[in-house]
Amino acid sequence: MSTHSNSKIEWPLWEIFVRSKQGLDHKHVGSLHAADAAMAIENARDVYTRRMEGISIWAVESKNIHASNPDEAGSLYDPANDKAYRHPTFYDLPNEVEYM
Amino acid sequence: MQNQQDVLFQNKVDKEIRIEPKDWMPEKYRQTLIRQISQHAHSEIIGMLPEGNWITRAPSLRRKAILLAKVQDEAGHGLYLYSAAETLGISRDEMYHQLHTGKAKYSSIFNYPTLSWADMGVIGWLVDGAAIMNQVPLCRSSYGPYARAMVRVCKEESFHQRQGFDILYTLGKGSEAQRKMAQDAINRWWWPSIMMFGPKDDESPNSIQSMKWKIKRFSNDELRQKFIDVCAEQVKVLGFTLPDKDLKWNETRKHYDFGEINWDEFWQVIQGNGPCNKERLEARKKAWTDGEWVRDAATAYAAKNKAA
Ligand SMILES: [Fe+2]
Ligand SMILES: [Fe+2]
Repeated sequence: MSTHSNSKIEWPLWEIFVRSKQGLDHKHVGSLHAADAAMAIENARDVYTRRMEGISIWAVESKNIHASNPDEAGSLYDPANDKAYRHPTFYDLPNEVEYM
Repeated sequence: MQNQQDVLFQNKVDKEIRIEPKDWMPEKYRQTLIRQISQHAHSEIIGMLPEGNWITRAPSLRRKAILLAKVQDEAGHGLYLYSAAETLGISRDEMYHQLHTGKAKYSSIFNYPTLSWADMGVIGWLVDGAAIMNQVPLCRSSYGPYARAMVRVCKEESFHQRQGFDILYTLGKGSEAQRKMAQDAINRWWWPSIMMFGPKDDESPNSIQSMKWKIKRFSNDELRQKFIDVCAEQVKVLGFTLPDKDLKWNETRKHYDFGEINWDEFWQVIQGNGPCNKERLEARKKAWTDGEWVRDAATAYAAKNKAA
């Protein structure tokens, strides 16, 4: 958006991912600004884990995230819809079969 | 074409499908959200000032630790919200610029002074209480990043309200002087608190569109009434009174009736003529200017490390 004459370069934006406990995936929690990766992790600790929400933090500079285009969601994900045979419920098993 | 996109968009909203940053959205929706979210973020940041005023003078180490944690949470809320606003294409610096030049508004409640320790109790109970009433429905706002930020905010707010109530409850059991101090604080903050819900519905023209887009879920007057009903009961538990002689349970409406709000005062404070508007903005600008060398140094250090 518009910038004004007296503005300097902003600290880059980082996306923050937090692992809430051992055994779970890191999950996106939000973003923040920091001069470098070390500061991003320190700030993320203060901003996103003040109440033991996490035990591990990933910080990724936002410009390095590549996203799929929502306008292509139709063509990208639709073909999965007509492949019901990918799901176990597609198959009728004889009643005698247990534990499958 | 534009029209068809508008219809598709409204359909999505009606079906409670959340809008995400890269999805198509009407320009007016984007602008409304940028204004609302950044204004909200500014309120969290400016909101640290009236309470920050009492951190060094908290009556005990326990109260001091609690107030520090509360104010730190408000900083966090500001940061969640700024980053939600940035997903709509406005930069952080631009938002700061709008705040510092007075172009952007923040909640008018923070332009009132905090004169006694009891104000910390009343701010938690009433100001955070009103904020919660406003914010809980925003957890279901149609814009994904805003709704997610609000979920995090709301989880933290209930501690804010309770610590405030706890301060007042303790003062209520205290000496005559303490009881007087608490009642005085309630008297000063009550009316500004119920103004926090914004102008009356018939004087709030943007509300209708915001409700249609599900940015807002309840009208200003609905939320205000709900808040008054809750507080009118809680104040009895505290053993104090609310400064409104017209406050009375209405059996047919099943709500409390209340007195006329001084809207002239509300508009005066919004237009910059409240007791502390100037002081708050000066403090904020000073923090930004005084921190400039730190930001510069960190940028230089990061650049140097990158080059090495
Ligand atoms: Fe807050
Ligand atoms: Fe709060």
